[in-house]
Amino acid sequence: MQKLNVLSSPHISHNDTTGGIMLDVILALLPATICSFFFYGFRAIVLVAATVASAVASEYLWCQATKKASSLKDLSAVVTGLLLALNLPPDLPVWMAVLGGAIAIVIIKQMFGGLGHNFANPAMTARIVLMISFPTAMTTFTVPFTDTVSSATPLAELSSGTPDLIQLFLGYHAGCMGETSAALLLVGGVYLIIRRVITPTIPLSFILSAGIFAAILGVHPVATILTGGIMLGSIYMATDYATSPPTFLGQIIFGVGCGIITVIIRVFGNLPEGVSFGILIMNILTPQITKLTSPKPFSLEGKK
Amino acid sequence: MQKGEKILKPKKKIKGGARLPHLKHTAEMESVYLENIDQVIIPMQQHIGAPCNPLVKKGDKVFVGTLIGDCDAKVSAPIHSSVSGEVSQVKTITLSNGNECQAVIINSDGQMTPDPELSAMEVTNAEDLRKAARNCGLVGLGGAGFPTHVKLTLSDDKPIDTLIINGAECEPYITADYRECIESFEDILEGVYLIKNALNVENVIIGVEDNKPKAIKLLYDIASHKNDTENHVRLMKLPSSYPQGAEKVLIYSATGRKLPAGKLPADVGCIVMNITSVAVLKRYIKTGMPLVNKRLTVDGNAVEKPGNYIVPVGTPINKVLEAAGAEDFEKIILGGPMMGQAIYNTEAPITKQNNAILAFKGIKALTKPTTDCIRCGRCMKACPIRLSPRKVETALEFGAGAEELSILNTMHCIECGSCSFSCPAGRQLTASMRLAKNVIRKAGAK
Repeated sequence: MQKLNVLSSPHISHNDTTGGIMLDVILALLPATICSFFFYGFRAIVLVAATVASAVASEYLWCQATKKASSLKDLSAVVTGLLLALNLPPDLPVWMAVLGGAIAIVIIKQMFGGLGHNFANPAMTARIVLMISFPTAMTTFTVPFTDTVSSATPLAELSSGTPDLIQLFLGYHAGCMGETSAALLLVGGVYLIIRRVITPTIPLSFILSAGIFAAILGVHPVATILTGGIMLGSIYMATDYATSPPTFLGQIIFGVGCGIITVIIRVFGNLPEGVSFGILIMNILTPQITKLTSPKPFSLEGKK
Repeated sequence: MQKGEKILKPKKKIKGGARLPHLKHTAEMESVYLENIDQVIIPMQQHIGAPCNPLVKKGDKVFVGTLIGDCDAKVSAPIHSSVSGEVSQVKTITLSNGNECQAVIINSDGQMTPDPELSAMEVTNAEDLRKAARNCGLVGLGGAGFPTHVKLTLSDDKPIDTLIINGAECEPYITADYRECIESFEDILEGVYLIKNALNVENVIIGVEDNKPKAIKLLYDIASHKNDTENHVRLMKLPSSYPQGAEKVLIYSATGRKLPAGKLPADVGCIVMNITSVAVLKRYIKTGMPLVNKRLTVDGNAVEKPGNYIVPVGTPINKVLEAAGAEDFEKIILGGPMMGQAIYNTEAPITKQNNAILAFKGIKALTKPTTDCIRCGRCMKACPIRLSPRKVETALEFGAGAEELSILNTMHCIECGSCSFSCPAGRQLTASMRLAKNVIRKAGAK
């Protein structure tokens, strides 16, 4: 008798795969990445190549060492590497970038169980580790098209005056490689929303709450959301599936929490940037938020 | 419904569900009778409930519609011969789902002579209707196979105010109910009025998905000529979203009432009947011919001649596949792709509940490989019952017992398959839900 495939229903599935979703994220990040090449030239290309290679190699070696099936095909290591690169200043020594990629994959992702099991976003937490380990290198920013070291990013100038908003929006200012162009980050975000990879809930609640809270504290709201890592963080890192709540209400709580903590650190803290810590703290709260906002089953809604 | 009366819109829309491709390739293909079946294998279990006892033995002469199996149990449905000829054997067979049961094997004489004792009957009250449904051997034709006469047994403490006719047919590929609407819309409407009057139900809502505009128009045209000035029977255009035809979802759409887990539609004042069941019941009352054949949608990329085939109950599945020119198939699904069953044995017979056979080959015969969960939450968003399938899956992996699984509301699951369909990591979430339900059931049975 002929052999037939037998499996529990359903027998059809959506075309989306993990690899496809990751590829979409990479595509969405491409405009900002290419823009950084344009702004900072060869050193930016080297830095991106270094972090991606380091992340992918770490993933490969980890799978080999622990005898796990290779997870390179899902492209998640590439996304982590790319995100990390965009979070680094263009003049960072390459070995630090390589170290960052390894920290992201080995310590933050794989040691907690690999894809989907990490409690914090690997790229962002690696950035925090680098920031604490190498504070000077991580805060030395250059102005695009030049080798001039800028004494302060627009973020630091925010308290002293109002920077040129158009320049901020287009990205012609000093900062991390991928943080500078809000316009291109938004383009990628819209692409991800159209492709249904992310919903606008977290980015919008993050950005809006940061703007409103900044205004309450007397800081320029538009400049607040256009500077630093708010765009990059809210669209690409706060929306990381594994480390953010899946429910609508949970995502609003998460986004608002990120926005408020970011602004608090920026205004009252002595750190140069608050986005990373804002997201990290909310990452840690994610299981609790998810538990609190989990939906009730259909026929039990509205009942105790 | 009276002339000019509007087609109803759904009262409530459910959150979740899956956006499926419709793939109703066979919608406009007229049904074809499959003739010259030389042997039928008629299982004594084609319904939920107690199996029937065979009433015939080797060598007995039978006609189309002759009673060959029955049972005294409350939940059961009699079984009739689907061909005329001679009983060749009564033996235990393995059904397509792996269960064993007795079956009557009949060699056809090729004449298809109806049983001369069959006669039309008069239905005036609920008791007559129940008797008709039972004698017809009618079971829920949507797939579950719940005996219809049990469903129609009303109790005084659970008054019924709404009869819902399920013509949603939300599974991809399947067009069997749609063809019933197109080919015998009069039987459907006459059946609807008959049931409504016999049971004395106030409202009837016929629900059809909006991807079947032709069926809606046909039913509407006929219904509005019935001159039912009181508007007791009305048509509802349902959104084409899966799982619209699931009982809970349909009741919610039609009435706004929520059917709790483990309860029957009667508990919320409703009876839900499949649209083809209504037509079959009407035909039985008119002619006395019980449920002996089924319309099957045969489709899939391994099928050369897709279409709707009307076949005698008990026809071996491979005979139907042969007739439809299915070759080199690597996967056979009995039913739709979302809830149907992949079978391993094509010699098993067609039963009353079957409404489709899908044959696939190549990439369509395979499923997405399973990878790590990325916690995207799509299974939660897709669940029409708002469960968290991944939580149940994880709990199972960690060996959770019945109690922990119950806390996750596992028993509310309707196994519609939306979670697995939506999962980008190809996880078998629906299968996990089924496993978890079994863990709970077993613990309860102890």
